[in-house]
Amino acid sequence: MSRQVSATINGDAVDFLCEPEETLLDVLRDRLALTGSKEGCGSGDCGACSVMLDGRLVCSCLVLGAEAEGRVIETIEGMADGKGLHPLQRHFLEQAALQCGNCTPGFLVAAKALLDRDPEPSETEVRYWLAGNLCRCTGYDKIVRAVLSAAAEMREA
Amino acid sequence: MPLDTKAPAGNGQADAPFQQVGARPVRPDGVDKVTGRAKFGADQKLPGMLIGRVLRSPHPHARIRAIDTAKAEALEGVKAVVTCADFPDIGSGEVMAAEGDESLRDIVANVMARDKALYEGHAVAAVAATSATVARKALSLIEVDYEPLPHVTDVEAAMRPDAPLLHEDMFTSGIEPKPEKPSNIARRMEITLGDVAEGFAEADFVIERDFKTEAAHQGYIEPQACLASFAEDGQAELWCCTQGHYFVRNACARLLGIDVSKLRVTASEIGGGFGGKTTVFIEPVALALSRKAGRPVRLVMSRDEVFRATGPTSSTSMWVKAGVTKDGRMTAGEAVLKYQGGAFAGSPVEWGAMSAFACYDLAHVKVIGYDVVANRPKAAAYRAPGSPMSAYAVESVVDELATAIGMDPVELRLKNAAREGTQAAYGPKFGPNGLVATLEAARDHDHTKAPLGPGQGRGVASGFWFNFGGETCVSMNVAGDGTVTLSIGTPDIGGTRAAQCQIAAEELGIGYDQVRSIVADTSSLGYNDMTGGSRVAFAVGLATIQAARAVIEDLCARAAKIWGISPDAVVWEGGAARPAGPNAGDFDPLSLADLAKVAANTGGPIAGHSEINAEGAGISFGTHIADVEVDKETGRVSVTRYTVIQDAGKAIHPGYVEGQYQGGAVQGIGWALNEEYIYGEDGRLQNPGFLDYRIPVASDVPMIDTVIVEVPNPGHPYGVRGVGETPIVPPLAAVANAVKDATGVRMTTLPMSPPRVLEALDAALGETGAEGGEA
Amino acid sequence: MGLGTAGMRFEAPETLDAAVTLLHGEAGLARPLAGGTDLLVQLRAGAVEPDLIVDLKRIPEMRQIAAVDGGFRIGAAVTGAELGEHPDLKKAWPGVVEATELIGSTQIQGRASLGGNLCNASPAADSVPAMIAAAAAVTVAGPDGRREVPVEEFIAGPGQTCLAKGEIVVAVNLPPRPDHAGDAYLRFIPRTEMDIAVVGAGVSLTLDDGGLCTHARVALGAVAATPILVPAAADALIGTNGDEDALTRMAEAASAACRPIDDKRGTKAYRIKVAGVMARRAAEIALERARSC
Repeated sequence: MSRQVSATINGDAVDFLCEPEETLLDVLRDRLALTGSKEGCGSGDCGACSVMLDGRLVCSCLVLGAEAEGRVIETIEGMADGKGLHPLQRHFLEQAALQCGNCTPGFLVAAKALLDRDPEPSETEVRYWLAGNLCRCTGYDKIVRAVLSAAAEMREA
Repeated sequence: MPLDTKAPAGNGQADAPFQQVGARPVRPDGVDKVTGRAKFGADQKLPGMLIGRVLRSPHPHARIRAIDTAKAEALEGVKAVVTCADFPDIGSGEVMAAEGDESLRDIVANVMARDKALYEGHAVAAVAATSATVARKALSLIEVDYEPLPHVTDVEAAMRPDAPLLHEDMFTSGIEPKPEKPSNIARRMEITLGDVAEGFAEADFVIERDFKTEAAHQGYIEPQACLASFAEDGQAELWCCTQGHYFVRNACARLLGIDVSKLRVTASEIGGGFGGKTTVFIEPVALALSRKAGRPVRLVMSRDEVFRATGPTSSTSMWVKAGVTKDGRMTAGEAVLKYQGGAFAGSPVEWGAMSAFACYDLAHVKVIGYDVVANRPKAAAYRAPGSPMSAYAVESVVDELATAIGMDPVELRLKNAAREGTQAAYGPKFGPNGLVATLEAARDHDHTKAPLGPGQGRGVASGFWFNFGGETCVSMNVAGDGTVTLSIGTPDIGGTRAAQCQIAAEELGIGYDQVRSIVADTSSLGYNDMTGGSRVAFAVGLATIQAARAVIEDLCARAAKIWGISPDAVVWEGGAARPAGPNAGDFDPLSLADLAKVAANTGGPIAGHSEINAEGAGISFGTHIADVEVDKETGRVSVTRYTVIQDAGKAIHPGYVEGQYQGGAVQGIGWALNEEYIYGEDGRLQNPGFLDYRIPVASDVPMIDTVIVEVPNPGHPYGVRGVGETPIVPPLAAVANAVKDATGVRMTTLPMSPPRVLEALDAALGETGAEGGEA
Repeated sequence: MGLGTAGMRFEAPETLDAAVTLLHGEAGLARPLAGGTDLLVQLRAGAVEPDLIVDLKRIPEMRQIAAVDGGFRIGAAVTGAELGEHPDLKKAWPGVVEATELIGSTQIQGRASLGGNLCNASPAADSVPAMIAAAAAVTVAGPDGRREVPVEEFIAGPGQTCLAKGEIVVAVNLPPRPDHAGDAYLRFIPRTEMDIAVVGAGVSLTLDDGGLCTHARVALGAVAATPILVPAAADALIGTNGDEDALTRMAEAASAACRPIDDKRGTKAYRIKVAGVMARRAAEIALERARSC
């Protein structure tokens, strides 16, 4: 039996229908055409579906769509503010911190969550914070460098 | 094709520096990927789309006596059900893959089981329904009458004469006379150079060891996914993530019995492949469902299905023997390699055999390889297929030789390194190559000089991959404003669109941002071999250069027409046509934009294209240095420092070359330390997920330092060598050699998971009362 | 992809009584939902097919951390991330907090709860050995009212708790932390993150003014069908000042208490060995913490 859910997604008030068994990831991708969040595993092990839920970094594959009622959700699609790319997005591009790009939305959402709470993380802190985001292409080196350099730029601003 | 090797014409003098090649521009697909706009395999949809799901065998080996799909077909919301009856019973036909032949008969039997389920997870039926929930319910209503059979998953066990037999018609090829009885050994092959008995007789030290490696998966983050749409007139469209959409088109057309040109395949952005997406699994199934349902069908694999039913690489059992004189000359190398390739023939043992001793100048080599089948999913390519395993074994033994004669391991390799002119055991004489350069760079690197702490050790290993050329088409079109579109036919898995734009810009003498590269669909461009074999930067680059030079020739002809002079008197320099020879200075140069603007008046649209079967690919050697720290109370191995040194010939985009080095190295580290397929006694995979199939996470590895060595490949105008595969070859041995250095224990089984390392450490302590020994 | 069965229902009550009523009154299979990091994985795998899911996160007392009588009352649906942001809790019971913070990734931390980790009753649950060592007790609410259960009595077997139908865990109660006391949790995993514990060890101890151990509790996870309290390991520390000898005997007692299995994450022999190593290392940290306060 479908239920109607109202939530705020990337700053917009959104109403959607979903079945109880649909995850938030299913809803984002299949109901709202926000395909930036990816399903890499469906079990919370890869982080490719990362979104912010009421200010917390979560795996959207482990949240039911119904749980989004009244909540504030931020996805990769909301990261660039319409005027330009977020520094993290820019640094990822400039530092070649992506290859296939499938894990990239998850990493960007997760990295932003880190820098929003800790503007000056160490390399180790960045690696442990991002341990829930799997990347198979880059070996993580350029991703970590891009997060650190974006953090440095954001501290200047 | 004959190509000159001087610097690109668009650049001016023959020895002028590159303007675009060697820079680090932002990739053209980058903004879409960092904003979530880029569309991958599961991101596309069509009106009326159905959801497809596959029913898979729970048994590792079983005869399929009957399949009854009636109840599933009757379920409301189910629009189509397919089984092997919906696919042709193919004899032996062939469709070329990038890195070897694959029998289409095996492909179709793998895509949908025929009379037997040959591994747990083998597809036996599929449904298309109006929702995932209905599809799941429908699968539960399909009744399959299985007769379970004894199974075998271990390669040695599968080779025994009394092993459960997978294929009644498998008689080992490569053995004379042909065996009377079928077996699980598909093939025996042998590579011989000189006489190893003679070589070992010359040696002062001979070391032999047995090794075992477990199966690993490419671990791409994006599961296989596709969207198939069959129209009533028999034309079909397929959207899928793949490394080779032309291969997919050809295979699916054959399997669905339609003309190749009736199927248009569009390659989505691909979320990783590493060789695992160079074949078909769900694509023919989605098309068959769509045809039957009369509606589009989306089929996406779950992560569990990816592990159980796509193409991991082989588990192996290997024996290696090598000899050296006391002053460090290696005299002979011998190996027996047994690789299981899953339920069908086609493990990469031949490449493992060919590459095993490729780093060494040896007069005497003998490698025997066995391609074995077992009740596991059909192996697919995984980055330098077959080479990491044999390199692990050989490089471990070379390390032991160095210890035996008290020589530094890099020095031993330098003394015996393959060089230009070295006769490789597998056939060719090597051209100029960078192995020595990488070894020297390793010897002189800061990493080698850095002190080690307690419990730490350092290991070195080298590795090799052949790299391929292959069939390639590109098309270059100049727009009226002088900007350029380049259509290529190889999916971009590593940043090659950026590299092609750089090459085109370099040749034409225009800015990088004036070239846009797209990956065309199969109807828009001629046949391309797949992305793999480290061939794209090389072969597509060659084709792009050729197409650009064709464009330049046309541009010069247009300028000549405008000026009323002979085209021979026009040169292209600095992005413009200039009069040369007797007319030098007579006319102002005409830029690409100038000429494009008036193209209609000078002969029509300006374009260039190229169709080649590229040859002259350059081999790429690498040497890696690994530092590890071993916790001797738990057996846990941590990598504390890592350096990749590899020959790229000429790095078009150094940032993306570094990325290949780093990504391949970390895959190798994972394979060395924790990644393995774990099977129970029941023949079922116990760890089909990222929780227990343990790929490295960000906190597991340090920064991966890289050194790009450039020994130009004479087969390419810029000297380019493919780089994508070699990086995964040395890490297994580099890490094992580092563990030996740290603990005195030689690990001969991979992965070196903590329980294995602790057991080996304890055994060594027990045997000798002190550290040291073999495990 | 879709989880569960067609016809599965979802409710999000705002009071405890409403939740209990829903769970107790469901004729079919009902499951409470806190962070969902275990439940949704099980739904997806088809391991459980509930008819009703009851979301507990809109019940205020399930989400609150309160200082109570010198100790703490932690709502069962409080997330690991929230625990880690509570300075007083981290100071008093660093072992319990660090154990909870080891569960999964940052993303999992944003959702996973002490109550969920406990009720999922995995033998390898990270928070449980730390809670047992801390002598935590849970408040259970059900149709017949409330009761308190010591954590070491809560789990009956793999995936099984002592909860009756309609009962839920409302809060985890931690006692006050005495002076010169410290707790710690360590686990062994093959990678640095993201693995299920192969062995987990929680140690809590109290020292007197002279540095002698007067009280200790040692609990192990992933080495038996349930997490276990190991009195013999604690006894090896009590009355000593935590010297080498005491720690060695403690480690031996920890290893001796193990009744592990061979599985894809570790062998019996390996777990027995490493249990001793982890218990010792956790004890060393707990001692250091106890000595510094």
